[in-house]
Amino acid sequence: MDLIVCIKRVPQTAEAEVKIDSSGKDIVRDRLTFDMNEADSYALEAAILLKEKFGGTITALSLGTADAEDTLRIALAKGADSAIRIRAEEFVELDGFKTAALLKEVIKDIKFDAIFTGCMATDDSYYQVGPVLAELLRVGHATLVSKVEVADGKAQVNRELEGGLIEHLEMSLPAVFAVQTGINEPRYASLIAIRRAAGKEIRVVGKEDISLELKSNSTLEELFLPPVGKRAEILSGSTDEISAKAATIIKEKGLI
Amino acid sequence: MATILAVIEHRQGVIRDITFELLTLGRKLVEKNNAQLTGVLLGHDTQSLAESLRTHVHRLLVVDHEVFSDFNGETYQQALTAIIKKENPFLTLVGNTAFGIDFCPSLATQLGVPFTTDCIGVEMVDGRIRVTRQLYDGKMDAHVQLAESSSYVLTVRSGICPAEQGNLSAEIQKIESPVVSQPDYKKFIEYIEAVVGDVDITKADVVVGVGRGIKEQANLPLVEDFAKAIGGVVACSRPIVDANWLPKDRQVGSSGKTVKPKLYIAIGISGAFQHIAGMKNSDTIIAINKDSNAPIFNEADYGIVDDLFKVLPALKSKILEIKK
Ligand SMILES: Cc1cc2nc3c(=O)[nH]c(=O)nc-3n(C[C@H](O)[C@H](O)[C@H](O)COP(=O)(O)OP(=O)(O)OC[C@H]3O[C@@H](n4cnc5c(N)ncnc54)[C@H](O)[C@@H]3O)c2cc1C
Repeated sequence: MDLIVCIKRVPQTAEAEVKIDSSGKDIVRDRLTFDMNEADSYALEAAILLKEKFGGTITALSLGTADAEDTLRIALAKGADSAIRIRAEEFVELDGFKTAALLKEVIKDIKFDAIFTGCMATDDSYYQVGPVLAELLRVGHATLVSKVEVADGKAQVNRELEGGLIEHLEMSLPAVFAVQTGINEPRYASLIAIRRAAGKEIRVVGKEDISLELKSNSTLEELFLPPVGKRAEILSGSTDEISAKAATIIKEKGLI
Repeated sequence: MATILAVIEHRQGVIRDITFELLTLGRKLVEKNNAQLTGVLLGHDTQSLAESLRTHVHRLLVVDHEVFSDFNGETYQQALTAIIKKENPFLTLVGNTAFGIDFCPSLATQLGVPFTTDCIGVEMVDGRIRVTRQLYDGKMDAHVQLAESSSYVLTVRSGICPAEQGNLSAEIQKIESPVVSQPDYKKFIEYIEAVVGDVDITKADVVVGVGRGIKEQANLPLVEDFAKAIGGVVACSRPIVDANWLPKDRQVGSSGKTVKPKLYIAIGISGAFQHIAGMKNSDTIIAINKDSNAPIFNEADYGIVDDLFKVLPALKSKILEIKK
């Protein structure tokens, strides 16, 4: 099977301090660490598992700035055969729709049986790229995919719904699967594989290779800090004092 | 008069809560903008569902066909494409749920109209749509302006517009189904219920929720010991289940369980809205997190900004002291 995996390099913000930059439209990035978007690493693993079963190739594709090539090299080390980067720095207002439209411009010249994407990216939380890509390529899709099994040319696909309910679908290929986290165990790349991937060529495409005049759906006007809600009463003091206060609160509620 | 269309989400014979939230949002928007609210109900044998919507919309379009007995994003997309082309609404609202995500981005793309997803605020300004979205793990909000158009599609996050009673009396209008069969390339087969395990976290008075802050599976006994000391059950955020450290039935949140204990202690959990959705109605919430900016502190009653590896043993011994 010939497979394509779309990968995004994203800032790791869950534990970091996030600040607005001077443009007011982006965050300060220089102190943040970056990594493959969480759901994308499950998408990549899903593709690798299918390749191991059926043979074929995996193309890893990323719309990103030059450092996205580090993330593509991780994909190469884990099991992708080739990698392509679209120069994000040449495009503006990259919302989910425009991102998908750019990915489509590259994918339309590649033969594929399935495309895997993450169900969403943790930086802009769009949930758009997989399904829009499918629509532009005129193939079927499923989102929040928690299982893909291929047999006799058909895919048995599970989607994860609210409350953990599963929707089981039967789909034909080619199709686009936007993968939810937790669907497999993403492998680690071995050191040897990482060293080997460091020497591989990554094809880079840019504005001159893309004929389409692309419009985005939306313009980000400004970032702002989320309004603080009711805000917790923060217990202060040493660890010991804080713990004593918390234990007292729990006791007063009659819970111990 | 301009129309706002809202797509009714229902599953297994029940209208989902998000529908009433969307319709409340829709009513607020039409009141401000002198428009009318139309609901679209795709289903089969949905008479009682339709009745329960009557007070919430000005007009309800009902498609009753076998093909809509169960959900298939593809049949929804095709039917809604036809209906939107005919009705020509200024705005179409859909929940940013497993249902909406599956057909909305592709629907808007097929229609060629501007859209965006996971909105937490929606305004109509000078004939254009401006929304609020949340970025970077909930640490930033953004105002986003949609491109100029005569029609828009948005998905709206659950829980941002609490459902209110409606006082309208809708005219219910049956329309012929624009779609009569599932496409060969995507067929609904069945729903599979989540597996039930040995511990029911929804029944416990004290729930100890652990998140990615615990770092390694080897550290879980720390949380288990703590839960035992306080007499609670261990639950968790999604990444803990994704890593197979705890079973799925311990997951709290939109794609897991909803708990309402007397006390919920969130340990090393950042407070993503999908997690909050599953625990916000707890009587008392205590959060332990070393990041003072973690969104969980907007939901908790009491916060401990400290390293959980220091706090848990200390808190455990204080609790055991009191118990003695
Ligand atoms: C469709 C969909 C459905 C989802 N459903 C759910 C769901 O049902 N439930 C759910 O939980 N998530 C769900 N998620 C995932 C959700 O978006 C978040 O990714 C997830 O909740 C994050 O889990 P976390 O808080 O444990 O991890 P993180 O966001 O990584 O947060 C870890 C926290 O631990 C803190 N920490 C780290 N070390 C320490 C320490 N030593 N001491 C104290 N604190 C520390 C950090 O400051 C950080 O705040 C869903 C996502 C999607 C896309």
